[in-house]
Amino acid sequence: MSAVLQTFNLVKTFGGITATDDVTFSLEKGARHALIGPNGAGKTTFVNLLTGVLRPTSGRVSLVGQDITGLSREARVKRGVARTFQINQLFRTMTPLEMISLVTAERLGRGMRLFQRLDADGEAIAETADILARFKLEDIMDQRIATLPYGKQRQIEIAAAFAARPSVLLLDEPAAGVPEAERRELLETVAALPDDVSVLLIEHDMDIIFRFATRITVLVNGRVLTEGEPAVVARDAAVKQAYLGEAAHV
Amino acid sequence: MSGTVLEQHVRQSLRRARRWHPAELAFWLLAAASFALFPTRFLILNEIAILALFALSLDLILGYAGIVSLGHAAFLGMGAYSAGLLAKYVTADPLAGLAFGMATSALLGLLTSPLVLRGTDLTRLMITLGVALILYEVANSLAWLTGGADGLQGITMAPIFGTFDFDIFGRTAYLYSLLVLFILFLIARRIVNSPFGLSLRGIRDNQLRAAASGVPVPWRLAAIYALSAAYAGAAGALLAQTTQFVSLDVFDFHRSADLMLVLIIGGAGYLYGGLIGAIAFKFLQDAIATFTPQYWMFWIGLFLVLFVLGGRELIHGAIKALVARFPERGASS
Repeated sequence: MSAVLQTFNLVKTFGGITATDDVTFSLEKGARHALIGPNGAGKTTFVNLLTGVLRPTSGRVSLVGQDITGLSREARVKRGVARTFQINQLFRTMTPLEMISLVTAERLGRGMRLFQRLDADGEAIAETADILARFKLEDIMDQRIATLPYGKQRQIEIAAAFAARPSVLLLDEPAAGVPEAERRELLETVAALPDDVSVLLIEHDMDIIFRFATRITVLVNGRVLTEGEPAVVARDAAVKQAYLGEAAHV
Repeated sequence: MSGTVLEQHVRQSLRRARRWHPAELAFWLLAAASFALFPTRFLILNEIAILALFALSLDLILGYAGIVSLGHAAFLGMGAYSAGLLAKYVTADPLAGLAFGMATSALLGLLTSPLVLRGTDLTRLMITLGVALILYEVANSLAWLTGGADGLQGITMAPIFGTFDFDIFGRTAYLYSLLVLFILFLIARRIVNSPFGLSLRGIRDNQLRAAASGVPVPWRLAAIYALSAAYAGAAGALLAQTTQFVSLDVFDFHRSADLMLVLIIGGAGYLYGGLIGAIAFKFLQDAIATFTPQYWMFWIGLFLVLFVLGGRELIHGAIKALVARFPERGASS
């Protein structure tokens, strides 16, 4: 297996606080990799460093061997790093069809076409239809996103990230806040992501982690505490104390 | 549902979104009919057409990209002085002046966009306001060129296409302004329904997601800001050419403030808001001025307060109900 996304000695400080502390990390091709850690462990900061929302204080981020540390958010998306957000970030006045069309049009480089008709672009339409079908959004494609149930919105959040055709997909707590009734469909969506997409899953929910992840990295106070296969990590005494132990108190 | 069937649905749905609504056709037919209906009111009709174009320009950034501005008069003024000066010193051809006014305003928009596009709504309000104030004083102090407080005088326009002369009743002027408005409207309508237009709506809805979807947010905003500036410049050029005079008033704060009012009355984000707002605003102004010329500001102020407090839903609801009465064209498809 080869590494797709890597970080080398990544550090991010906010004033006196070190949110990411010397993290060297590697996401393998086709991985189902979970990033876990107690609240405030720096998981979201780490994702923001990977996607270009934040610039590291020091260290490097590389994608298939190429340095992307200095690249903007949109440049990283174009190179194949897409993400979902812990709290839905959707185009709420649009329909799912419009939102997916937008992402597809950007991916195909149509964004500066001022006079292109959306319904005249066969390639974009085919791709949009493909995404809508894959995420089972056909029946609701013409409804305003803001009016849809939360579970569906969560589904669209993943579909929109996937529509950028990423090689690396970062899922930030995909099932957070989804009611039990809609949860199964969402988990199926995550499970059905194609194998050639490398997935980094940021999660709290142990049930989901042990179902999907083939590898786990535990982040505590911005540092990598340990990394390994789920069964090994689960037995790790330090993890139990730092993470599971703490969680048990809550 | 097989892939091709779904593709058909997607295509139909996208086409439906950009199709002409019968109410739109009715609107433009009425605009054309205004020639025959109000043959004595060409001057005010011309003012309405120009204000509508100016409001359309603001709608492009406010309604479609979510950029607020309290200084849009900067571009109106730029277009007006550019067209006026070109007519006075270079060529009296109206279309050349129109193109020149649009170009200089677009350039000004592009140059000021880095200032405007960073920061929050409040920052944007202050910076746009500041830019307009600066330009007002620049025009004031360059009296050798602009005529300063006396205004730019001595503009005479050549006939349009060398054929249609501007007359004192404003007949040619109105026809000219209305045609320019219509053509620029068609272009704007095409643009907002393009992938570019869709990306702007995305930015307006959620910048975080737009950037995470690969949209280069600052560049797109700069592009629409420059385009909007060009539209405002066109309105300014029409104003200079049809009145054959430019005064410092084109840069004045009240122009920008009135414009915001026009768009609030008509509603932003569907292109017709500025046009409907301009008609309502001018008729309101005209009606109030007829019975109480001194207290115009009082009445418009009162109207604004009541309108924003509750009348807006009422009026916009009435417009929607009116539009809904038109039979949906090809609704069966």
